[in-house]
Amino acid sequence: MERIESWFATQPFTLAFVIGTYLAAVWLYRKTRLAVLHPVLTTIAVIIAVLSLLNVPYDDFKQGSALIDFMLGPSVVALGYALHEQVSHIRKHLWSMITAIVTGSALGIISVGLIARWMGANEAIVASLEPKSVTNPIAISIAERFGGIPPLTAVIVVMVGVFGGIVGPFILQKMGIESKIAKGLAMGSAAHGLGTARAIEMGAIEGAISGLAIGLMGLATALLVPLIRLLFNA
Amino acid sequence: MLYGFFIIFLFYAIGNFCSWLIQGIVPGNVIGMVLLFIALQLKWVDALKLRTVAVGITTHMSLFFVPVGVGLMISMQYIGQYWAPIVVSVIISTILVLISTAYVQQKMESWNE
Repeated sequence: MERIESWFATQPFTLAFVIGTYLAAVWLYRKTRLAVLHPVLTTIAVIIAVLSLLNVPYDDFKQGSALIDFMLGPSVVALGYALHEQVSHIRKHLWSMITAIVTGSALGIISVGLIARWMGANEAIVASLEPKSVTNPIAISIAERFGGIPPLTAVIVVMVGVFGGIVGPFILQKMGIESKIAKGLAMGSAAHGLGTARAIEMGAIEGAISGLAIGLMGLATALLVPLIRLLFNA
Repeated sequence: MLYGFFIIFLFYAIGNFCSWLIQGIVPGNVIGMVLLFIALQLKWVDALKLRTVAVGITTHMSLFFVPVGVGLMISMQYIGQYWAPIVVSVIISTILVLISTAYVQQKMESWNE
């Protein structure tokens, strides 16, 4: 271990580095309250800058951060608990919510694919974008499965969240949406966790429904991407 | 806490197995999420004992996709040439998801009244 670069391949060093950078980014985000400074985006940018400056190969970093990456899977499973906590107070609207989510999910998958292809994107890019509205760990799994580029998906998903969180409340107001359930559902399905953060500011019902929408949207998209691919390629 | 980790990994493993059975069409972690939800609804799993671990993991979820995102450093140039279709399709599609979801939900609620 004579050179600093090789330290990035060791777990204790890289875990401390990534978690430390992330905590600093969270602190900065809370301090500035700027949506574009989302901690994930800042953390990724800082780490890429450091690795590039020190000429550390990505594979070394990947090896050192394997434990964090591994936690993506369990975090999706744990969403089942979040779903359980929220579903109990809203049974009455479950069917309309499922219909709305399935519609939103299908239109999202089809529209992003049509526009991106029409503008010249290739299949790998399209597969990376299809799950863009879904919470990141699920989105990454879907992109991976259909030949997408997981890093692109990870970054796009966060940007979609930032964008949806900012424009969402404005668009819903312009549309004259009055139902609290419709507002929460739209925020969670279009902008996952970041949309939910904004929905919580709108009210408790909006927030809870938005949280539920994250899980439903993830499930709907995981089922609809293979289905839509099958229909369109047949 | 150990019970919480056991349950999470148990359902993750079952999810992976089911995913393998259907040739990976739906990711194992998503199947695990659905099965855990069902088990909680049926009270097969103790929600109170699972709480600490489940809430802990989901609260800091955004940290977990940092390593994947850093992978952008090796595909940046390739992706760069497609920035226009990416930006345009993502913006339009996100607005479409927002509008369609809100519209369908509000319409269906008004039918029920």
